[in-house]
Amino acid sequence: MSETKTGSGGLMGWVDARFPATKLWNEHIGEYYAPKNFNFWYYFGSLALVVLVIQILSGIWLTMNYQPSADRAFQSVEYIMRDVEWGWLMRYIHSTGASAFFVVVYLHMARALLYGSYQKPRELLWVFGVLIYLALMAEAFFGYMLPWGQMSFWGAQVIISLFGAIPVIGSDLALWIRGDYVISEITLNRFFALHVVGLPLAIIGLVVAHILALHEVGSNNPDGVEIKQNKAEDGTPKDGIRFHPYYTVKDTFGLVVFLIFFSIILFYMPEFFGLFLEAPNFEPANPQVTPDHIAPVWYFTPHYAMLRAIPDSFGGVVVMGAAVMILFFLPWIDRGKVRSIRYRGLGYKVALMLFFLSFVVLGYLGLQPATGLYTMLARIFTAIYFGYFLFLWVYTYFGLEKTRPVPERVTMP
Amino acid sequence: MNQDGADKSRRRFLTATTGVVGGVGAAFLAVPFLSYWKPSARAQAAGAPVEVDISQLEPGQLVNVVWRGNPVWVFKRTEDNISDLDKLEGVLRDPESNQPQQPEYAQNKHRSIKPEIMVMVGICTHLGCSPLFRPDERPAGIDRDWHGGFFCPCHGSYFDLAGRVYSGVPAPTNLEVPPYYFIDDNTVLIGEDEGEA
Amino acid sequence: MKTFLMILILALVPALSAGAAPVNGKMSADVDPHDKESLQRGAQAFANYCMACHQAELMRYNRVARDLGLSDEDVEEFLIFMPGVQAVDVMRNAMTSEDAEDWFGVAAPDLTMTARRHGPDWVYTFLNGFYRDEGRPLGVNNTVISNVSMPHVLQELQGLPDPVREEVNGEERLVGFELNEAGMMSPAEYRRFTRDITNFMDYMAEPVKAERQRLGVYVLIFLFILLGITYLLKKEYWKDVH
Repeated sequence: MSETKTGSGGLMGWVDARFPATKLWNEHIGEYYAPKNFNFWYYFGSLALVVLVIQILSGIWLTMNYQPSADRAFQSVEYIMRDVEWGWLMRYIHSTGASAFFVVVYLHMARALLYGSYQKPRELLWVFGVLIYLALMAEAFFGYMLPWGQMSFWGAQVIISLFGAIPVIGSDLALWIRGDYVISEITLNRFFALHVVGLPLAIIGLVVAHILALHEVGSNNPDGVEIKQNKAEDGTPKDGIRFHPYYTVKDTFGLVVFLIFFSIILFYMPEFFGLFLEAPNFEPANPQVTPDHIAPVWYFTPHYAMLRAIPDSFGGVVVMGAAVMILFFLPWIDRGKVRSIRYRGLGYKVALMLFFLSFVVLGYLGLQPATGLYTMLARIFTAIYFGYFLFLWVYTYFGLEKTRPVPERVTMP
Repeated sequence: MNQDGADKSRRRFLTATTGVVGGVGAAFLAVPFLSYWKPSARAQAAGAPVEVDISQLEPGQLVNVVWRGNPVWVFKRTEDNISDLDKLEGVLRDPESNQPQQPEYAQNKHRSIKPEIMVMVGICTHLGCSPLFRPDERPAGIDRDWHGGFFCPCHGSYFDLAGRVYSGVPAPTNLEVPPYYFIDDNTVLIGEDEGEA
Repeated sequence: MKTFLMILILALVPALSAGAAPVNGKMSADVDPHDKESLQRGAQAFANYCMACHQAELMRYNRVARDLGLSDEDVEEFLIFMPGVQAVDVMRNAMTSEDAEDWFGVAAPDLTMTARRHGPDWVYTFLNGFYRDEGRPLGVNNTVISNVSMPHVLQELQGLPDPVREEVNGEERLVGFELNEAGMMSPAEYRRFTRDITNFMDYMAEPVKAERQRLGVYVLIFLFILLGITYLLKKEYWKDVH
């Protein structure tokens, strides 16, 4: 730990003269000062990185035996599950990891909303984050198609048909995405390429940008206090502690807790009540027969509920797209000067809780059939979802928020 | 924030313990990733032992069967072929089959369980070509003592009718004898030792 | 007295079996991947009855052998009836899908994944859901798949239940079964028999289930040990932070 601090002699000296190993270590880990008051919510950033590694590793191994052809895709997945040694473990790691990725990322994003981590000067950090989220959604969508089960096929069919709802260019666009008149092996092949090469590269690149941006501006914290404004004589923030060893040991502990939950699901409930692996997907894709009830995987259900809530098909697509796109503008919608929910006005607290509630309720509704009552509820909660952003802008732009004084220094949990 | 009052040895101990226990976990986790590359059940099924019916095999006749993707020869030697094996010792590299190119039960002069039945992987031990069967005629360019055998066209290695390699050819060792046993007088099972599950 | 009791029991049996009939909702198969005896019985029943028409193309005989504690020879003797098929092969049958379409109108679906697609209780209820229906080409119908095109292949074992219909809210509905034509098995035996098949099909749909549940215990024990160590490590270092 300490021998890496100076890089004058020895092997590290030799390396450092040629490659900034010690410099990189110090900048990003060894001497990266993070606020000392991180709470529960701050585990999910490093966990997201771990899950990314898990997905890449298990994904590479799955690719070794998966066959992206309409005739063999389904069989090859079951071949991995049965004939390949430990193939079942790789497959379950990857399928559980996909859902875990969204759990972790949603909690990570919720943290940013709770403590105003998107506010100045962290706008770009946030924008990179939303881009990762967007790439992750595409990655998950393409990945879900690969087992070529009934849900893979019909889910892809429904989502690609959405593009067909766009006026004028819609049907040509859908045709171009599919590369065929129906979802076919051609579509499967291009989605496979994007899933295993294209999007992982994009996600890794964006994660690097996200971390660089974070380490440039420094981490926010549950108090929303800028720790760089209070520095000791040696120039280090008084409320900051070195990432290593303090947060490496803390995040290691958090990782083990995560792995316990991960393992319980992987070994005892890999389908997770039909949410992580949907039952219709254990039947090979059949272009002639639609399953009774098509529901996307749980992490897309909030958006799916919004899509169905709108009576007009193009309108639904616009609303669904807007639900994600509006996140990009959050740093400019929120004009508040106070970051953390701890010191923000009551209106903000209520609005944010309603926003979280709307996302969860929409997620539930997206799993249910679109009957009268559910559609009504979906409309109400879609309105609440978007209402949050409108409220936030009015509330902060016109100075309606009564904030509480923010302390000079961070408070320990 | 300073480590002055810290119990350094306790920290070292806990860090080392975490490292060791975590390392053990990582080692266990590596097993599935490595085992994943082993032949799958499908590959093993494709490479399963092969039954060969030899009731119709005439002396001097060779049949070619595929086992694990490789040609395997089953050849019924004539009386002459068997007696000829004794005459070649001087020109062979490993006449006693000391190199482990055969199961123990085939480490003998004729390199087989029964003297008259030869079972051999038909892959040259030089660079993996499949030698040609030359039971009588002497292949062109060979001026050694010849009583029939196998000639590899790729780099000119040759073997006698027990798959024993001649000295002075590129192939370093005798041809490989696969594990096999006789289920009954008319059936040989290639790919498994007797008594193996 | 004895005769009277016998009559009473015989009279009650159809009534009881009608009570357990799979008319409304699903019956619970209560599958157990660790019950190897049930799985072995189920495997044999599956090979004897189901595989006449269906296959399980994703499952290998020798995998069944390994997981169920059988030898390859056992499997070849008790499960494989087709000449030339070995223990390393997948569970295919002799009927081509063209034949099946000629005979029953549809190809018999592959059953490897059925219990995972629909759930074991669905399979169990289906196997217990056949009843007499003279209006159908094969003379039988099913409560789970109405107008099923599969014959009741287990009829000699179960017998053929007659439907009991009642008028409910002006609509004639199937409310239960009456077993007038008994088979070789008692209703309880038949339920056990079909549960074994269901258990085997559930195993076949995910052969690794028992193994992963066993392995999970060790993984979790290890992780809890690591949790303790990392907790102490974190606590030790964080003594510095005030």
